[in-house]
Amino acid sequence: MSAAIGLYRPGTSLLHRAPAGLKLAALVAAGVASLAVRAPWEVAAVLVGLALGYALARIPVAVAARLLRPVLFLLVPLAVFHAIVTTWQHAVVVVGVILALVLLANLVTLTTRSSDLIDAVVWVVRPLRRVGVDPERVGLLMHLGIRSVPVVIELAERVRDAQRARGLTTSVRAFAVPLLVGALRHADALGDALAARGLDD
Amino acid sequence: MTTPRSTSRDLALIAVFAGIIAVLGLIPAMYPFGQAVPITAQSLGVMLCGAILGPRRGAGAVLLFLALVAIGLPLLAGGRGGLGVFASPTIGYLIGFPVAAWVIGGGVYTAGAPYRIVVGLVAALVGGVLVLNAIGILGMMWRADLSIGAATKAAALFMPGDVIKAVLTALIARGVHAAYPGLLPRRRREPVAAA
Repeated sequence: MSAAIGLYRPGTSLLHRAPAGLKLAALVAAGVASLAVRAPWEVAAVLVGLALGYALARIPVAVAARLLRPVLFLLVPLAVFHAIVTTWQHAVVVVGVILALVLLANLVTLTTRSSDLIDAVVWVVRPLRRVGVDPERVGLLMHLGIRSVPVVIELAERVRDAQRARGLTTSVRAFAVPLLVGALRHADALGDALAARGLDD
Repeated sequence: MTTPRSTSRDLALIAVFAGIIAVLGLIPAMYPFGQAVPITAQSLGVMLCGAILGPRRGAGAVLLFLALVAIGLPLLAGGRGGLGVFASPTIGYLIGFPVAAWVIGGGVYTAGAPYRIVVGLVAALVGGVLVLNAIGILGMMWRADLSIGAATKAAALFMPGDVIKAVLTALIARGVHAAYPGLLPRRRREPVAAA
C-alpha cells in the first residue's frame, strides 16, 4: 500500500526475510547493550559487524550513506567537541555508539516493509488493550495517516494556487489558516466515512 | 469530546493532522547554522496540532506522525525517516514533540471557547519553547554526553525561531478557531446577565 514512498529496499536476503518483530527486538536489545560499550575497539568491532550486515542485505553504499548524511552533520562537530574537551577515546565511544545504533536502525528500515512494521506495532501494543488502546485501531490509524500525507499535499497545492490567484504572496498565516480549515473539513468527511462503516459501533 | 474511546471523527482528525505535520516539514528549510540544523515549519505543525486539536488528539497526531517516521516514511524535515532518527542526539526533541502538543492543547482547551490569543500565546511559549527545549536539552545531555551548559548553548541557537513559531501558532490558531468554531469546549457559563 505504502511501499512507494517508504525507505524500504526490496530484497531476498536473510535480513529481508527475518520477521519484523524480531528485527525490532534486536534493535531494542542493541540499544540496551550500547550502554555497556566502553572501549574504542569494541566500537570498531560493532561497526565491522554492521558493515557485514549491510553487505548481507546487499544495500549499496550510496543508499546507506544518503540515509546517514543528516546524522553525520551532527556527529562530526560532536566528535571534535568531545576530542577537545575529554579524550579521543571517549569521543570515539560516544560518537561511534550513536553511529552504530543509527546504522542498525537504518538497516532494519531498509530491509523491512512499512506494512510489516505496522503489523509488528499492532502486535506490540496488544497489552495496552487493558488501558483502552485498541490495537486494530492503531493499525487503521497508521494506514489512514500514510494516506493523509498525499491528501494534505494536494490540499496545500490548492491553497497556494488560490492564494496566487488572489495576488497574496508569502504570508504564512494566509497559507496556514485555509490549509488547516481545509484539513478539518476533510477530516469531517473522513470521520463520517469511517462512522458509516461502523467504526463507532 | 472527552469520552475515553475515540470517535471516528477523532481518528480522522488525528490522521489528517499527522499529514499536516509531515507536509509542513516539506516546506524548504532555512539553514542559518549549516546543514546539521535545519529550521523548518515542522515544529510549527506540532504546536498547531495542540492548539487546534487539544491535548489528547493533538498529542495523538504527533505520535502518529512519529510512528510513520519510525516505520520508514521520510517525513521528518529534510527527508529523514526510519528508525535511525530515534538514535540521533536530537531524540529529545522527538520525545518532546507530543509533550509540547499536549501542553499547548491543555492550555488552549482548558481556557475553552472563545479562543483568546493571550492564552494561545502563553501555551505555545510554554509548550513549544520551554518544555520542548527542556526535553531536547536532556536528550542531548543523554545521547551526546554533553554538559547542561553545552547542550543549552546548542539549543539556544534555535530558540529565536521557536519563539517566532509560537507567535505564529497563536495567530494561526485564532484564525482557524474563528473560521471553524466548535472544536474548543464551551467555557463554563459564568452567571452573566443575559444567560
